[in-house]
Amino acid sequence: MRSEIVFRIRRQDGPQEPSYVQEFRLNYRPNLNIIACLQEIARHPVDASGKATSPPVWDCSCLEEVCGACTMLVNGVPRQSCSTLIDSLPSGPIELAPLTKFPVVRDLMVDRKPMFEALKQIHGWIPIDGTHDLGPGPRRPSDQARISYVFSRCMTCGCCMEACPNYDGKDPSQFIGPAPLGQTHYFNTNPIGAMNAGERLDAVMGRNGLTGCGNAQNCVEVCPKEIPLTDAIAQLNRQANRHWLTTLFGR
Amino acid sequence: MSSKPRIIVVGGGLAGLMTVIKVAERGCPVDLFSIVPVKRSHSVCAQGGINAAVNIMGENDSPEIHYYDTVKGGDFLAHQPLCRGMAYDAPSIIYLLDRMGVPFSRTSEGNLDFRRFGGTLHHRTAFAGASTGQQLLYALDEQVRRFEAQGLVTKHEGFEFLSPVLESPEGPCRGIVAMDLRTMKVQAFRADAVVMATGGPGLVYGRSTNSMINTGSAAAGCYRAGVRYANGEFIQIHPTAIPGEDKMRLMSESARGEGGRVWVPKKKGDTRPPAEIPESERWYFLEEKYPRFGNLVPRDIGAREIYHVCVDLGMGLDGEQKVYLDLTHKSREFLDRRLGAILEIYEQFVGDDPRTVPMKIFPAVHYSMGGLWVDYEPTADGMIDKSSPKNHMTNIPGLYAAGECEYQYHGANRLGANALLSCIYAGTLAGPSSVIFAENLDCLAADLDAGLYERSASKWEKRFEEIARMDGPENPHKLHRELGETMIANVTIVRENDKLRQTDQKIQELMERWKKIGVTDRSQWSNPEIPFVHQLWNMLELARVITLGALQRDESRGAHYKPEFPERDDANWLKSTIATWSPEGPVLTYEPVDISISEPVARHYD
Ligand SMILES: Cc1cc2nc3c(=O)[nH]c(=O)nc-3n(C[C@H](O)[C@H](O)[C@H](O)COP(=O)(O)OP(=O)(O)OC[C@H]3O[C@@H](n4cnc5c(N)ncnc54)[C@H](O)[C@@H]3O)c2cc1C
Ligand code: SF4
Ligand code: SF4
Ligand code: FES
Repeated sequence: MRSEIVFRIRRQDGPQEPSYVQEFRLNYRPNLNIIACLQEIARHPVDASGKATSPPVWDCSCLEEVCGACTMLVNGVPRQSCSTLIDSLPSGPIELAPLTKFPVVRDLMVDRKPMFEALKQIHGWIPIDGTHDLGPGPRRPSDQARISYVFSRCMTCGCCMEACPNYDGKDPSQFIGPAPLGQTHYFNTNPIGAMNAGERLDAVMGRNGLTGCGNAQNCVEVCPKEIPLTDAIAQLNRQANRHWLTTLFGR
Repeated sequence: MSSKPRIIVVGGGLAGLMTVIKVAERGCPVDLFSIVPVKRSHSVCAQGGINAAVNIMGENDSPEIHYYDTVKGGDFLAHQPLCRGMAYDAPSIIYLLDRMGVPFSRTSEGNLDFRRFGGTLHHRTAFAGASTGQQLLYALDEQVRRFEAQGLVTKHEGFEFLSPVLESPEGPCRGIVAMDLRTMKVQAFRADAVVMATGGPGLVYGRSTNSMINTGSAAAGCYRAGVRYANGEFIQIHPTAIPGEDKMRLMSESARGEGGRVWVPKKKGDTRPPAEIPESERWYFLEEKYPRFGNLVPRDIGAREIYHVCVDLGMGLDGEQKVYLDLTHKSREFLDRRLGAILEIYEQFVGDDPRTVPMKIFPAVHYSMGGLWVDYEPTADGMIDKSSPKNHMTNIPGLYAAGECEYQYHGANRLGANALLSCIYAGTLAGPSSVIFAENLDCLAADLDAGLYERSASKWEKRFEEIARMDGPENPHKLHRELGETMIANVTIVRENDKLRQTDQKIQELMERWKKIGVTDRSQWSNPEIPFVHQLWNMLELARVITLGALQRDESRGAHYKPEFPERDDANWLKSTIATWSPEGPVLTYEPVDISISEPVARHYD
């Protein structure tokens, strides 16, 4: 059992500034998560040496692992800081650092804009005819809706992108990354979305798309929502081959 | 008129995104402002589902019954035509969401599945697992991204709204002042109409079930600029949440909708583990007192009964305001399929498996029925005239509000799964009405003199320069905690006039201490503390609106319960509270409620 909680937080005052590590100590209480600790530091921003400092800056919103905002490296592993309980971590100092695949804004806060841009690239939407009343949507088998639901839980947190050896958010033109590929699969398996699956396949067949994945499986291991990303990538590959053949014949 | 008007939408939760879609669909360009990337808006937290009387279960449900359940649930304080319009449009809204790709849970025949929720006897709540808000928000977010890719929507994410830009104190609204939360620059933006969709004020209570961005600060910014704030005292306490040091995590009403039972041991102070307490020694107090609605009574009643059992009778678990919420009689497969997402939250944060051990739950601040005052245009047959620019307009022309930040639809108490619906319905009204308003302007904002915008921005620049220089002894986060503790202690389930008076004193004391804050972070780059100090002031302003509204209202109605005045008093209090900002504090006036469709009756659920 710990008597105190020691944090080593990697800080950076701005995107172009050098980074440094600052230590903080808190009294132990059961059932704390990392955000509750960061909040306590903000109420009393003094580092381990007793020097007054500015509170570390971090991103969060929902505090229940559904908005995707609070991702950071906790002891080197990308995860949601709101759902990481102190009691679940080994008893030594806890290291917090910003994700490395995205530009740092300040301290633990990063810019995940490339992930939202990728959703544009893959045409991540169902092209409905309009919002006027067109009656009920298509019927869907219950099992199919359940599988779809699993992919719909992707909260753009970026854990998978961080873990993927082939993704580099500072140059996403190399490889689009696992989360957008999971979403491509999600839209292509929707009954209406399937009607323009080809459009999305075209978007991920290029150099920065499917061929960028080396099937290292790291992404699946870190996804907090347990989204079967590699299954999606495998299915997309099959569809892409078929799509490639049909476009060939179409010509 | 030469060019097209431009609309600003502030907030990208369900209400804001639906508004954007409706505006963009009319070919009108939109600027969308949000603190967080809109996909991370608080709506993502909604768990249980969204109501619509589609009657797939063959229970003779109908929009008319849905409408009546809603106004009765709200203890007859909601203006009736809008509630009716909402209930009648609900089925087509669900169909639209389904077409947009929301993976709603299905029946064996492939139809939409519906579950039960509080305050109704029908299966009326469509759901996607137990994280419905997430799926709905993403579906709307995707449609907005489609318009963004076409160039009709420009997103300004990472911006904080500060105030509307008004041509004169009476309006019209010609744009907004906002702060870029990275560069910390304050800037004015032009618009021909502005729609506020900035969500609820849960953070006024410190810890609530709300997201950390739900400070109500944007609504308070409008209130301070002259927008009327209505029914502020009606704050919903959700009967079932999990306490945490950082926030209260909701345990959705869907847990009861799917069969969850609330109980305490019949013997006071019984320390046996719940599994060892036999059925005959458990008190299912809601089922006993309300045989018809049982565990699915409306939230105000549920929260009050739990308070009664725990505080008045002293029968709460561990001597606290805690009771069991029990799902252990349901199969694991059923629970995982219908409630997986919320049971995971409990497991993750408490450590027990709710499939085998009954959950221990507390009441928590959850939702604000009150908010910015908005108008509407009824038709002769008690529906809404959708061609009117009045719908969802505040008392300032050209300034609209939609979603949890406004006060319509839920009266004195909101029914579960009606919020998501009201947000989306509000967007379908506010979008078109703001465009109609803007199209009828003589002069577009683009052609106005720059002076108005420069003046508005510089006023706020000065305010933030002052905040950045504050160097007193008070810590803003500690003041916030004190505010929350006072509000939770005195302005939640049970309200007493003495304590309300003391609370207002305390808030004014905190306002004085606010002036002695010392800012611990002076960086001019991505510094969250400076905007927080600003938000804290706005929370204090709203806290006074809530507390004084409660102090004045000497009756009990919906979520507002005063033991000194335990009955609903229609003769004196069937009216909306309207707070208007003044330098000395809120000025309260009252306005009649539109009860043109249904006569108020006593509310019974037993
Ligand atoms: C845990 C939980 C579960 C719930 N479950 C259900 C349910 O099952 N069914 C149901 O019907 N209702 C439910 N509700 C209620 C419902 O989720 C909310 O009322 C609803 O989502 C509010 O949506 P909104 O669009 O009004 O605002 P929000 O979704 O809160 O969005 C507000 C937006 O405004 C932006 N914003 C705020 N302030 C500013 C500012 N100053 N400047 C710029 N932008 C700003 C934010 O960035 C955000 O984009 C639940 C609520 C909670 C807390
Ligand atoms: S399987 Fe592909 S996408 Fe996933 S981590 Fe590996 S390379 Fe990246
Ligand atoms: S796939 Fe999983 S890890 Fe990747 S962004 Fe989505 S939720 Fe996060
Ligand atoms: S704060 Fe939303 S996922 Fe952690």
